[in-house]
Amino acid sequence: MVEVTLWGSLAATAGGNSKVEIEAKDIRELFRKLAEQYPGLEPWIDQGIAVAIDGTIYRDTWSKKLPEGAEIFLLPRLAGG
Amino acid sequence: MAGVAVSTTINGDTVEFLCQADETLLDVLRDRLGLTGAKEGCGTGDCGACSVILDDRLVCSCLVLGAETEGRRVETIEGMAHGDRLHPLQQKFLEHAALQCGICTPGFLIAAKDLLAKNPDPTEEEIRFGLAGNLCRCTGYDKIVRAVQDAAIVMKGA
Amino acid sequence: MNFDPRFSGRKFTSVGTRPIRPDGIDKVTGRARYGADFNMAGQLVGRILRSPHAHARIVKIDTSKAEKLAGVKAVITAADLPDLTDGDAAMYDVLDNCMARTKALYDGHAVAAVAAVDARTARQALKLIEVEYELLPHVTDVDEAAKHTAPLINDTIFTEGLEEKPVKPSNVTKRSQFGHGDVHQGFGHADFIVERSFKTEQTHQGYIEPHACVANFSSDGTADLWVCTQGHFVYRQHCAQLLGMEASKLRVTSSEIGGGFGGKTHVWAEPVALALSRKAGRPVKLVMTRDEVFRASGPTSATSIDVKIGARKDGTITAAEATLRYSCGPYAGSWAEIGAMTAFACYKLDNVKTVGYEVLVNRPKTAAYRAPSAPMAAFAVESAVDELAKKIGMDPVDFRIRNAAQEGTRSSYGPVYGPIGIGPTLEAVKSHPHMKAPLGKNQGRGMACGFWFNFGGQTCTDLNIGMDGSVSLAVGTVDVGGSRASLSLVAAEELGIDYAQVKAIVADTSSLGYNDMTDGSRGTFSSSMATISAARNAIKILRERAAQMWDIAVDDVVWEKGHAIAKGEKHGNLGKLSLKEIAVESGKTGGPIAGHSELVADGAGVSFATHICDIEVDPETGATRVLRYTVVQDAGKAVHPTYVEGQYQGGAAQGIGWALNEEYIYGKDGRLQNPGFLDYRIPVCSDLPMIDTQILEIPNPNHPYGVRGVGETSIVPPLAAIANAVSNAAGVRMTHIPMSPPRILAAIEAVREWSK
Repeated sequence: MVEVTLWGSLAATAGGNSKVEIEAKDIRELFRKLAEQYPGLEPWIDQGIAVAIDGTIYRDTWSKKLPEGAEIFLLPRLAGG
Repeated sequence: MAGVAVSTTINGDTVEFLCQADETLLDVLRDRLGLTGAKEGCGTGDCGACSVILDDRLVCSCLVLGAETEGRRVETIEGMAHGDRLHPLQQKFLEHAALQCGICTPGFLIAAKDLLAKNPDPTEEEIRFGLAGNLCRCTGYDKIVRAVQDAAIVMKGA
Repeated sequence: MNFDPRFSGRKFTSVGTRPIRPDGIDKVTGRARYGADFNMAGQLVGRILRSPHAHARIVKIDTSKAEKLAGVKAVITAADLPDLTDGDAAMYDVLDNCMARTKALYDGHAVAAVAAVDARTARQALKLIEVEYELLPHVTDVDEAAKHTAPLINDTIFTEGLEEKPVKPSNVTKRSQFGHGDVHQGFGHADFIVERSFKTEQTHQGYIEPHACVANFSSDGTADLWVCTQGHFVYRQHCAQLLGMEASKLRVTSSEIGGGFGGKTHVWAEPVALALSRKAGRPVKLVMTRDEVFRASGPTSATSIDVKIGARKDGTITAAEATLRYSCGPYAGSWAEIGAMTAFACYKLDNVKTVGYEVLVNRPKTAAYRAPSAPMAAFAVESAVDELAKKIGMDPVDFRIRNAAQEGTRSSYGPVYGPIGIGPTLEAVKSHPHMKAPLGKNQGRGMACGFWFNFGGQTCTDLNIGMDGSVSLAVGTVDVGGSRASLSLVAAEELGIDYAQVKAIVADTSSLGYNDMTDGSRGTFSSSMATISAARNAIKILRERAAQMWDIAVDDVVWEKGHAIAKGEKHGNLGKLSLKEIAVESGKTGGPIAGHSELVADGAGVSFATHICDIEVDPETGATRVLRYTVVQDAGKAVHPTYVEGQYQGGAAQGIGWALNEEYIYGKDGRLQNPGFLDYRIPVCSDLPMIDTQILEIPNPNHPYGVRGVGETSIVPPLAAIANAVSNAAGVRMTHIPMSPPRILAAIEAVREWSK
């Protein structure tokens, strides 16, 4: 079980929860279960979400493991210059 | 519209071409003669990327008509090195990394060559004002000024 | 992928040196080929007709007269670029921006295009296209556009991110929020509070090379595109999607690029050139004029930002809050969201809240500009931080050091930081001689901090070892400022050979797998990781070949300093084999030797900088002069330090232009009044001093060499550093960027009036 924190705007689509508990071993499973439990999140996930694991930001690396007790933070996908 | 026949000297070689009366020297160089070293950054004489030397005078080739070069001498970036021997300015621009994207570099080299021909020992301020007609968006000019300073030292010793 | 990207703390031989770049000679001799320097046999000239109106319904376009003009080979409108985006809203916006469908949404919006035998004919043809417009009310100011009474730019837009879906459409496309703690409570604990509103005007990336491409659509359905771009793989995807092609049928070659800074990260005219070529059956060259570049490409957001920061007497910030409104042009964007994420990222805050609003205006589609959205937020926040320090009576550097984020701090945008460089840059600034240099009359010193995320992403590299022992390195990230030199250094380092033995090129889209573009400061970070990985794969093969040459087990062969060495006593007489000696025999030992790498580079590591600036203000005219400028930034590891310095200096110079001069000026008619370098004045050589740099190297734990992105962060602090310097010099707080002489003079005179 990992605790996932959603940024402000995303929390609104997850029924107002800014923190959700998910049983997931990697980013792939995290996205799948988030979409199942909170259908409002699905379009955001499709658009692209970044996942910060202990402060390091990952994009679409599905296989990335979510260590037990790690701080998981969902962030919007960014543009750069 | 009938073309104008022009005979001129470019980088020491006699060149003859036909161009429209309203065609700029920059367009002639790039589109008719294949000399694409001069760049069009604005077409209005504001950026200096198309700088060439016309009879010892630094000009924006986008503000000169091709037909105006009849009987005159044009120096472009393509004529700056002697064979495989780079001009000291070219060498110093490389050593100082005075270019990032490099689009403004031909114009800067031509303008710097003209500057040093007229003032072989410029102060930093003279270099900065001498090159103020050329825009660079990458470097902040620091390394360009240093490269010109260094080239001036080399050229004085030559 | 079994590549281990962790930092290993090795000693470097090549990395950290400053050799001449491999593309250098071509660039100083005029031979390098940029977007407009390429030609094809039978090529036509493409030109685009643009709306002169800020907001208008397109009632009718009659192209018949233009089509009849001798020498015109194709005329296209939106009908020739039908919507194939299949519900992809972002791509639909890109399409509509390339060629307006039902409405022209800004002065300069493309409405039709022609391809003709020469430029003169193409220009004549544009004049023969008759467009009937029904003018609509327009709005170009970000604050005006956000009002309920503003003309609606898109009546299908309902603000996203609100708790309840709004009942009326609006120009505000999205609200986003970040932060933690309770700011209300935090302000309750503050002894001092600064609260101010700031504005920044719209600026352009100002690359010297206008957008340019040559498109060649073949009758067999394949196409080639030569183009200046920050990401040829991204352009391939965009163009293929918009033209209904399979991506592999479109080969995109990136020319040398004459500056991008974010402005060449998505397509503008390239699909138009391809559509013209498809219709005409001939190659088409399309080059924007400078006027078109300003009116119809780029710019960054104009912003309006409210900031409130509170602190205790001891200098501890108790709460920080910001509301940020960013213009997006006429299409939805996420620019305020990024501003809201970055605004307070430098600080350790218990209570922080930022809210961003994306606002539609009748201006060109906002594009990324170097650390997009961060400089404006930093301007507002760092100005307020400076003012708060002054109120408390603390030195501005000490105040920032006291509140700086550090390893373990929860960032204002959410996650907890790993090892970061904000503290060290502040300490370096505190002890920098620049901070102690004397100042004269009417002179002021300012400093400010800046933050930027860096990106990684999808990356491919091929490393081929020739039979003469030379190495060709093919990368897929466009080289915008010397990365071929850096990547050659990395290949040389990993293989243990000389830099001169390596030649790096940027390969086209048919030669490598997909690469993300050169944005988010990712070029050298990502491609160096892929290059290290490719080199390690090549070394594995080199060891196998050496083992074969020696007829021993591969496990007995190690790679050291460019040589295969047989280890163990039984092989004591074998000596060593150089890379070249192994390569010479490669035809007999199994064929060409190469290393490939396809990976997602993750863990780019956030970046911080602190800048110091001295400004002189003429109190009679409001004119300013930058006297001295210093950049301190963390690079993780500077692969080619000269080019890292170049990134620092270039970003600072762009920031100086933004702070003091550059702005889009719109008339009441909604038309851009200064679409040229004469009236949109970027800094020239005589405007600037030397820009000193100090590179800090706090290794990124997620890169084998410790590399972080360096390209963007340098543009984040200047707006605020200069504003603080001007405020200190002139004795007035400047809240509107750019601080042009009339604005500074007005601020000075307002204070004079007030003190009378």
